[in-house]
Amino acid sequence: MKDLSVKNVEMVYQVPKGEPVHALHDVSFDLTAGRLLTLLGPSGCGKTTLLNILAGFLAPTAGEVTLGGDIITGPGQERGMVFQQGALFEWLSVEKNIAFGPKMNRHSKTETKDKVEELLDVVGLAGFGDRQVYELSGGMQQRVALARCLANDPDVILMDEPLGALDALTREKMQGLILKLWKETGKSIILVTHSVEEALYLGDRLFVMAPRPGRIECDYELPFAENGLEVEPRELKAAPEFGEKREEILSIIWEMEEEIMGRGEAI
Amino acid sequence: MNADMGLGVRDGDTSKMTDKSGPFASWGMFSRGQDTRLTVAFGDSSAVRSLPVYSLISLVAMIVFWFVATYTWGFPDQFKEPGLSDKLRIAACNSNDVCKGSFSQLLGPLTFPSIRDTWNTFFLLIDEGFQDITLWAHTKASLWRVIRGMFFGTLFGVPIGFAMGLSSKARGFFDTIVESFRPVPPLALLPLFILIFGIGDTTAVRLLIFASIWIMIIASRSGVQEANLSKVRAAYSLGASKPQVLFRVLLPNALPQLFTGFRLALGVSWGTLVAAELVGTRDGLGSMIFAARPFFRLDVVVVGIIVIALLGVMMDIILRFLESKLIPWRGKG
Repeated sequence: MKDLSVKNVEMVYQVPKGEPVHALHDVSFDLTAGRLLTLLGPSGCGKTTLLNILAGFLAPTAGEVTLGGDIITGPGQERGMVFQQGALFEWLSVEKNIAFGPKMNRHSKTETKDKVEELLDVVGLAGFGDRQVYELSGGMQQRVALARCLANDPDVILMDEPLGALDALTREKMQGLILKLWKETGKSIILVTHSVEEALYLGDRLFVMAPRPGRIECDYELPFAENGLEVEPRELKAAPEFGEKREEILSIIWEMEEEIMGRGEAI
Repeated sequence: MNADMGLGVRDGDTSKMTDKSGPFASWGMFSRGQDTRLTVAFGDSSAVRSLPVYSLISLVAMIVFWFVATYTWGFPDQFKEPGLSDKLRIAACNSNDVCKGSFSQLLGPLTFPSIRDTWNTFFLLIDEGFQDITLWAHTKASLWRVIRGMFFGTLFGVPIGFAMGLSSKARGFFDTIVESFRPVPPLALLPLFILIFGIGDTTAVRLLIFASIWIMIIASRSGVQEANLSKVRAAYSLGASKPQVLFRVLLPNALPQLFTGFRLALGVSWGTLVAAELVGTRDGLGSMIFAARPFFRLDVVVVGIIVIALLGVMMDIILRFLESKLIPWRGKG
């Protein structure tokens, strides 16, 4: 497992007409292996931009990102990505979606087959291997996406609002699954979300990001994810400490929103 | 509750249903089934489907119209010799002073052939053919030309379309060419094609390539363009190389659009075929029609038209079937 290090990352988008957009300003942090970092913030704060830089889809304007000492220059299988939706391959069955990564890397077929079976079991889709992905519900599709990502055994898993398109009940179940995967595999996870509750429940570290320019406003160490599986999630979310933190973070975000509104820039 | 194919009763309470809808219910006569409780149905286009009974009615109406229009009313008995075609019988009657003008017809035999003549000609064309080429040989020649035209149109069109979808340079380069040639009806280029390539089979195939290639280019271009960025990024994250992204993500992802383009191009090619076969080909359904025209063999012309229509319908049915087998995910993303 490798540590992730982000040093003085700047991201400026050149807009054809108008001023350049400062999406990220002087973002620096270190993430030791095996942590679950959640990113929270109002829209336009650069959460997704940061995630895309970590994934290697975007090159930062300045600064550098290293994983285990190696500078990230492009997408790679040591950094898996789970998207909000629509990233599964409809022409492949569930099994073949999960086996996509190993197949691209020309791993042995028997080995891959065993791995796929194991992963189907881990994400709770045992027996669904030969189903078509378009037959599955949204929650099950995200389970496939998680398994597909795990099949490559990445060091870091990047999740861009992975549960954003799910209904509330499915969402809670999937939160449990993400926690379980994180604890069982010991992988680093960076998760972007719009839900304060989700960020608090899942993250053992939380960044609240602020817009214009996008930057890290607060850096929290959180206790909840640690025993998130042992304690009943409802109970945990109803605990006074959890509520306090939620209110604290919500008020920070509300302040930012109001500032944006005050400047008359909100759309 | 839908009486879509309408040939059987599906829901439980059959007696009640028969009472309500009468004996025609099983014929799909009524678009709304037994238990519809909609208060206002007019304007709800989702409930509109093609009722088979009415399709049957229009088919029968066409045949009846054909029969009535070409029927010889009041034709004297002595001219009804079996084995003669309607045209010859009418000619014989007209050359006889007594009988001349004693009958009437909506469409004379020089305007439209009768059903009986067309039917007989159809079998004559299968057995003996027109000008020594059987109907099957004509059909085969036409199909083979369309297959070659579509094959090369697809072979050249798809890579060009993909290049246009993947590279701004290729897009800029081919945009001018595609946009200038696409609106040109293939027929308009026929004189040029004859001058450049001469007359014959290969010129006809080239015209069909011209008819299909632009459609295939545009279909594959939009197929690539509409690929979800997340899918492509997911593939790169999973360790796919550029060729792997092209062949294992972009290509299968574009299949629905490619199929639509193919169906469209096939329709246009089939429509251009008759014109393409003007180009000095001896065989082919188009050339059969054109060869029959100067001899007023309208029966042959009509058989040619019907065969072309039926084959067109059949090809579309086959392609739709293939589509449902090959792209089952279409519309379910």
